[in-house]
Amino acid sequence: MKMEVAESVFQTTMAGGTPAKVEVKHLAVYYGKFRALNEIDLTVHEKRITAIIGPSGCGKSTLLRSFNRMNDLTPGCRMEGEIRLDGENILSPSMDVVSVRRLVGMVFQRPNPFPKSIFDNVAYGPRLYGIRRRSDLDGIVERSLKSAALWDEVKEKLHQSGLSISGGQQQRLCIARALAVEPEVILMDEPASALDPISTLKIEELMQELKKDYTIVIVTHNMQQAARVSDYTAMMMIDEERAGHLIEFDATNTIFTRPKDKRTEDYVTGRFG
Amino acid sequence: MGIMDKQRRGATHPMRKTFETEIQQLKDEMLLLGSMVEQQILGTVDALKKRDIEASRRIKEMDLQVNAKRYAIEEQVMIVIATQQPMAHDLRLLASILEVSGELERMGDYAKGIATVSIRIGDQPLLKPLIDIPRMAQIGVDMLHRALTAFVNEDVETARAIPEQDDEVDDLYTQVYHELMMFVIQDPKTIERANWLLWVAHNLERVADRVTNICERTIFTATGDMKEIDSKVE
Repeated sequence: MKMEVAESVFQTTMAGGTPAKVEVKHLAVYYGKFRALNEIDLTVHEKRITAIIGPSGCGKSTLLRSFNRMNDLTPGCRMEGEIRLDGENILSPSMDVVSVRRLVGMVFQRPNPFPKSIFDNVAYGPRLYGIRRRSDLDGIVERSLKSAALWDEVKEKLHQSGLSISGGQQQRLCIARALAVEPEVILMDEPASALDPISTLKIEELMQELKKDYTIVIVTHNMQQAARVSDYTAMMMIDEERAGHLIEFDATNTIFTRPKDKRTEDYVTGRFG
Repeated sequence: MGIMDKQRRGATHPMRKTFETEIQQLKDEMLLLGSMVEQQILGTVDALKKRDIEASRRIKEMDLQVNAKRYAIEEQVMIVIATQQPMAHDLRLLASILEVSGELERMGDYAKGIATVSIRIGDQPLLKPLIDIPRMAQIGVDMLHRALTAFVNEDVETARAIPEQDDEVDDLYTQVYHELMMFVIQDPKTIERANWLLWVAHNLERVADRVTNICERTIFTATGDMKEIDSKVE
């Protein structure tokens, strides 16, 4: 007798794999003579959340900042290898850095709204890209604040200072500001580490909404957060020469239930070091 | 994995001392539950064999303690999960301890079932002297003991080997079954007494089956592979 087996309701992220949005190939990053990252190969899947975890100083933030060439702002920084965004190498000298940063937005650890009104914070990027008409800006601000799950809380006070709202709201304002220029990839560097638990959960829920439209890469020290929010996890460590490298990449469910590398196991179970 | 696990068993890690103490306590409690169940199984068959109704009643009462210990372990596992947020190997181990405690509790129920049969038989003589049934109990308990030792040591090799012994128990069961059927064929009036003993043998056969489940959890804890061990595919 053949048994009919109903399809499982449990999602396995690997099975639902999406195309590569960002492909990192043999990436090395140098600060002067010091090699900070070595031989990184990593695929970031489209409309998925990829978490980068690893002990302090392993190069997580350096890797994240490579994705929109923020490292260029550090004097003496040099990059080798390739980072392909939709197949195009963003490290190529001919690449327009401004357009890379429009496509790849970033949210930082501490909420950093400009000392301007909520409206002007969100409208800042679009204005920079030449949008001037008020009705266009109104639309963008409303849409971005809605996407960042902040609209209902601030719609009556758009002209108050961005610094007048709570820390959790400020962080969502920064996310709205990043969304306003219609990026495709959002980088988040410890986006909730300065927030209280409720604001943290709001950001995490928001990430689940955002991944319907955006590709997200998050650096986090909070292992439970990485396990909760991400689809894929990349584990980094420093090698003998103190250069950061990737030691394991897999579906998040696998990394946190049965990692292959002993160092990943030790790190996620709190026995590192 | 193997080396990692040996290292882990060797010494507690300074960064997770409290957590590792909690895990060790859970393992100890689980072994204690296991030894209670082992006593229950050997004791219930011994009481049946000796027709000691009082002893059978004590075995039934002991089941309350077994159940209470299982609930205590379950509660403690949940507290550890909630407070320590275990990952990877730790998480697999805790999930397995929950599962194994459940298996042990069910084995206790089988022992209790045998005690119930013994009480029902009352002062009637047994249909036949018990030879194979105590052997089944002995093999089952032996398998259980080794399976629990393999579980706490994460000894995958032993965990894979133990279920093969289940075939011995199955063979004894088949033998008991045919023997009892012969009694019934020769004298249909023996049907009730035959059925009682068949129930006893069946319970012991189930004990050995559940030992296999414990071995599967040992392999899962150590390797992350969740697979059914098939000692005999029919």
